[in-house]
Amino acid sequence: MDTPSPEQPPAAVADAATLCRELRALLPPGAVLSSPSELAPYECDGLSAYRQRPLAVVIPRCVEEVQAVLRLCSARGVPVVARGAGTGLSGGALPHAAGVLLVMARFDRILSVDPAACTARVQPGVRNLAISEAAAPHGLYYAPDPSSQIACSIGGNVAENAGGVHCLKYGLTVHNVLAAEILLMNGERLTLGGEGPDSPGYDLLALLCGSEGLLGVIVEVTVRLLARPPCARLLLATFDSPVRAGAAVASIIAAGIVPAGLEMMDGLAIRAAEAFAHAGYPTDAAALLLCELDGTEEECTGQLMRVESLLRAGGATELRVAADEAERLRLWSGRKSAFPAVGRLAPDYYCMDGSIPRSRLGDVLERIAVLSSEYGLPVANVFHAGDGNLHPLILYDAGKPGELQRTEELGEKILAFCVEVGGTITGEHGVGVEKLGAMCLQFGAAELERFHAVKEAFDPAGLLNPGKAVPTLARCAEGRRMHVHGGELPFPGIERF
Amino acid sequence: MGDADLGEQIRERIVEAHHWGRGLRIVAGGTRERPGRRVAGEELSLGAHRGILEWEPSELVLRARAGTPVLEIEAALATERQMLGFEPPRAAETATIGGAVATAQSGPRRPFAGAARDFVLGVGCIDGTGQRLGFGGRVIKNVAGYDISRLMCGAHGTLGVLLDVAIRLLPVPECEQSLVRECEPLQAMQIMNSLRSRPLPLSGAAWEAGLLRLRLEGAESAVSRAARELGGDAEADARWWQELRDQRLPFFRDARSLWRVALPPTAAPLALDAAELIDWCGAQRWLSGDVDATLVRARAAQLGGHATLCRGATDDPFHPLAPGMLALQQRLKRVFDPRRVLNPGRLYREL
Ligand SMILES: Cc1cc2nc3c(=O)[nH]c(=O)nc-3n(C[C@H](O)[C@H](O)[C@H](O)COP(=O)(O)OP(=O)(O)OC[C@H]3O[C@@H](n4cnc5c(N)ncnc54)[C@H](O)[C@@H]3O)c2cc1C
Repeated sequence: MDTPSPEQPPAAVADAATLCRELRALLPPGAVLSSPSELAPYECDGLSAYRQRPLAVVIPRCVEEVQAVLRLCSARGVPVVARGAGTGLSGGALPHAAGVLLVMARFDRILSVDPAACTARVQPGVRNLAISEAAAPHGLYYAPDPSSQIACSIGGNVAENAGGVHCLKYGLTVHNVLAAEILLMNGERLTLGGEGPDSPGYDLLALLCGSEGLLGVIVEVTVRLLARPPCARLLLATFDSPVRAGAAVASIIAAGIVPAGLEMMDGLAIRAAEAFAHAGYPTDAAALLLCELDGTEEECTGQLMRVESLLRAGGATELRVAADEAERLRLWSGRKSAFPAVGRLAPDYYCMDGSIPRSRLGDVLERIAVLSSEYGLPVANVFHAGDGNLHPLILYDAGKPGELQRTEELGEKILAFCVEVGGTITGEHGVGVEKLGAMCLQFGAAELERFHAVKEAFDPAGLLNPGKAVPTLARCAEGRRMHVHGGELPFPGIERF
Repeated sequence: MGDADLGEQIRERIVEAHHWGRGLRIVAGGTRERPGRRVAGEELSLGAHRGILEWEPSELVLRARAGTPVLEIEAALATERQMLGFEPPRAAETATIGGAVATAQSGPRRPFAGAARDFVLGVGCIDGTGQRLGFGGRVIKNVAGYDISRLMCGAHGTLGVLLDVAIRLLPVPECEQSLVRECEPLQAMQIMNSLRSRPLPLSGAAWEAGLLRLRLEGAESAVSRAARELGGDAEADARWWQELRDQRLPFFRDARSLWRVALPPTAAPLALDAAELIDWCGAQRWLSGDVDATLVRARAAQLGGHATLCRGATDDPFHPLAPGMLALQQRLKRVFDPRRVLNPGRLYREL
């Protein structure tokens, strides 16, 4: 199959000055940024280890302006990278050196909330939390709640298929989006999904979720809203080892209980979060579980009792039920600020995102501990335990020569182990630029070829967010990344260099 | 019939068909009546490719070969009080899990628990070139690569022959209660609209022939409290819901022509000259009777939905796609099946 190689910048590299002049002619004053100081805030997303300035940043306000930008860039062969709030953790919104960064942040209007259908139609730049705030007067909310929800945009959520602490029971972004309006790179507008339960033909809405801005620019999203459960109870349990806590998680799932959230932190993360948020965590614990149960009063009470006895049987050293709403929110605040809290422990940290079968939690945590001491790099674990989505945070100092490389190597070993136990290299943060190498661990050449071809079906010239999400076959064939299974090379047909 | 892995034979058939550019008509359970255009081509039967491959009850995840009967899977799951959350219809005993996923069929629980695609975690498949492919996995969260597994769900085998599917399971709720009350369709719609925004343990809301039925499931105490709040008569026998799920109600059995209309749930009753059954808390309407196809489609589109002719004479059972959308779907078809070997024309003449 003849796939383009999107890791190379397209041949026609536009002259920056000409391009900016042409963009300014299309957009209102102030919508095109090009001076180095204007570009600087946009040179990275939430993964600041990768930085790149684009030729220009454009900040359109309406669909017609986005269309005009896309058409111009298509005609000039200029790559376009869409950006929402820039909180992504895999470099998905990292600008292209020879391209335009399309900032969707000004598409920040909630177009309508329909309390009878339980839906909201919003522009892509609307912040995740703003949707729930707009729905609150109707007793409704938007369920997926990434920890970044005060900042991240719904467009970015769709592009990454974002998850959150309540996704165990209520699903990921893909389960809570009904429709999306997108523009293809050539400016063509399409509606994927609809306000009904499904739409004819292939399920392109599912395909869009998690496509990391490679298939189309999202210009409108319709989400499903849920009735706010009348009761939510939060239970905190501590354990003397993460492995035991992991086993307790598996026992809750096995008992047929689906908590609204089931989160875990290890000792390092507990102490960091406590110092940062003063959530009231016991700082001597080796592991902590937060288990939230929601529903009607009756459901909560019944489930709470069952979970308490399971946790006790699983060896919990302390069990505490939040006495009131204030305590519940305080206990959550520690978990929700765990990343920045851990971030204070070292000059830099690197957040992993592997996902594994829940029954393997204990094994994987043990393996991470071994690797951590082998590499001499501390690892704090904060994660969505209920759905097996790990976030090991590797602490390092980018200022020390070679440490970033060793960190990345350790990270890749952790991901390789996730794949080995039947899991995946990314549960919710996406591949972006960061996990291109790790993708080679998970997929063979045939799947990767199909991914490139799917992109080509949407974007034949390969101009939309090129070089992200799917590695080239050549990259996977590179010796350093190569994984040899049973003596067989995974890409026998490809030249090696 | 015992478990068997026919993956290699199936692959060889596809390789050959690809070589000669010959169409294959994919048959799973075989007897299930599904909407779809007639496919010219040799039969490729998956029914014998069956067996549960992985099922760790504590994971609430199951992986099975595509030809495994839904009934067989459900019988196994029941021993651990687990179930398929999307309630695929079992019109025939031979209905397979692969068929249910390929045609994206979901039962009455769909508006409350999710559709078939919402439960799909991964697939193993063979595309139209005879290439074996694996997408997704068996973990709950996975954003590595495009979500091809969910794209395959509802593609009617036109993008790949499913060999195995990994599915997320749900625990069987503690108790179930069906409520019934008499009302006209407009009133039924009003009630459904008022239910959607309330935190109730609902798992079904449907209206047929003057009767609105609500199904409650969950913890005993929650169900009985909701039942008191909602009112209506308790229906001791829950068989109606199973017959709705399996499309075995007389409404379906007797229909000479049967339309499925998917709509925004608050859309007005269709008010066409046909018997109407409302399911999915308003989002799925069934019409039985000889109604003019253009009329149904126009009405569905006007209300923001689409219509499928599930039974009855037609060349085009599925709602037509806008030209740009059709062109994109054709390009996707070419990615996975460049020589149009897999169920050519089943969904649309052009796919
Ligand atoms: C402290 C912290 C906590 C986090 N916690 C979570 C968590 O719990 N769960 C989780 O899933 N993620 C989490 N994230 C990651 C991040 O917030 C999510 O990936 C989020 O969905 C990104 O949204 P954004 O608007 O910032 O997108 P950006 O970072 O701007 O972009 C992300 C990707 O989406 C694309 N994109 C953005 N907008 C559009 C559009 N309109 N059309 C097409 N493509 C578009 C970009 O090209 C890019 O590939 C966290 C991040 C931080 C910093």
